[in-house]
Amino acid sequence: MLLEIKDLTLLYGRIQALHGISLVVNEGEVVALIGANGAGKTTTMRAISGLRPVAQGSIVFDGTDVTRMRADLRVIRGIGQAPEGRGVFPGMTVIENLEMGAYTRRDRAGIAEDMAMVLDLFPRLAERRKQAGGTLSGGEQQMLAVGRALMARPRLLLLDEPSMGLAPKLIQQIFEIITRINEQGTTILLVEQNAQQALSRAHRGYVLETGRIVKEGTGQELLHDPAVKEAYLGVA
Amino acid sequence: MNFDELVGNFPALTITGLEQGAIYALVALGYTLVYGVLRLINFAHSEVFMVGTFTALWTWEALGYNQNSPSPAFGPLLLALLAGLAVAAIASAATAVTVELVAYRPLRRRNAPPLAFLITAIGASFVLAESFGIGTARAPFGMPTLIKSETVFTVFGAGVTNVQLLILGVTLVMMVGLDQFVNRSRLGRGIRAVAQDADTAALMGVNKNRVILLVFVLGGIMAGVAALLWNVRYGYTKFNIGFLIGLKAFAAAVLGGIGNLRGALLGGLLLGVAENYAAGLFGGDWKDFTGFVLLVVLLMFRPTGLLGESLGRARA
Repeated sequence: MLLEIKDLTLLYGRIQALHGISLVVNEGEVVALIGANGAGKTTTMRAISGLRPVAQGSIVFDGTDVTRMRADLRVIRGIGQAPEGRGVFPGMTVIENLEMGAYTRRDRAGIAEDMAMVLDLFPRLAERRKQAGGTLSGGEQQMLAVGRALMARPRLLLLDEPSMGLAPKLIQQIFEIITRINEQGTTILLVEQNAQQALSRAHRGYVLETGRIVKEGTGQELLHDPAVKEAYLGVA
Repeated sequence: MNFDELVGNFPALTITGLEQGAIYALVALGYTLVYGVLRLINFAHSEVFMVGTFTALWTWEALGYNQNSPSPAFGPLLLALLAGLAVAAIASAATAVTVELVAYRPLRRRNAPPLAFLITAIGASFVLAESFGIGTARAPFGMPTLIKSETVFTVFGAGVTNVQLLILGVTLVMMVGLDQFVNRSRLGRGIRAVAQDADTAALMGVNKNRVILLVFVLGGIMAGVAALLWNVRYGYTKFNIGFLIGLKAFAAAVLGGIGNLRGALLGGLLLGVAENYAAGLFGGDWKDFTGFVLLVVLLMFRPTGLLGESLGRARA
């Protein structure tokens, strides 16, 4: 197991956002976390990356308990994230944003190699390399956020709504890239409202409802589950 | 109003203004760096400057200079300047770091509201100034005349002195160095990342507290350099010397656009020059008055200052 979350509870002030979540991500998997707005998907991601303090429960990454570890130290251990809302640094160029992704790395040659790989993966970013992050379109910012997360060479990549606000053609493209990244060896935990795409690409999935995991299974099982179909896939 | 004085002495007033403005600018960098990252006005920064003036003076005294010493030859002079610079920069940086660790970091850990930081900032400023006041019996201290002011060349009839060249030259070097560091180095990118989006910076592996310490160190070094230049030019210090200079440097930072490094330089120089024109026009008593009138008027038209905020937004 690369990531194991046990009985995680999290509070926003007095409001309980997560009510004891447990989930597992195995090495090499793509795991999808689906659910409606406000179900707690982003909160779960922020707990894993360390941006939100946890009330109870544990997060174990690669055998180490990281529940109370600072966010920047989790990055060094191999947890990379493309956050919700992209989090592109508006005043930095595309290249500088990508270099920020490699902030914790010192292997110049490896960084240059990954930079070339990312620019190859997203030719659009290569065209805009000198442009400030804040001036990119939503789709370009999304590519930049994913590319930047890859620059850390994470062992576990957390993707929070990578398809949000993108045109259908771009959504298709982003998911193809996710599959390709996974095939090259990166484990992925994916949060999505686009349940159809996410589940058809994922090895396994979890369904989150109001801070609780209500269902889990392989991607195909969930895709064909009548309740999931009705609630998230828009099919009666 | 004395237009003849302003017009007749225009070049000289400009040069004096640039020289004073350079010192404001160096101090302003400390306000702007900390604000860019923490959105906090570090009111104790004026005392960071004050500590620099005293420690540079003590260094010179330790090297055997006093107010009656003759100006040294070039070799010993360079040594005295560099020793004073090093000690002032280190002492100012250490003071700035202490303020951060004692007055701000504990509050951040407890998620204190912004007003609490304002109070501890003012408190830290008082504690520092008063402890030097008590320790020095509130007396003014004169400096050894290390460099005898001599006119090196003239522009439009105004003499430019060796001291003025030193101040402008050192300021320029520090400014360019800091600008390059923030825009080109890995650590500088870390500073800009925290300034632009602290949460995402953490997701990139940036240690926020270390970046915060770094900006206090950088601001402290700049204030220490300003303190040395102040000592060389104005030749005295006192426990409350930081108050007015700190206030003007803060005004300069706001004038140029707080959070913007180049804005601090522009704001400092502009304030220095404007003050001196006002002194020429209305008399010396109006000098301090003018700077703040200028600030208020400018902010009415450009609320974010001349260059706007940039550590947080566009390129610094």
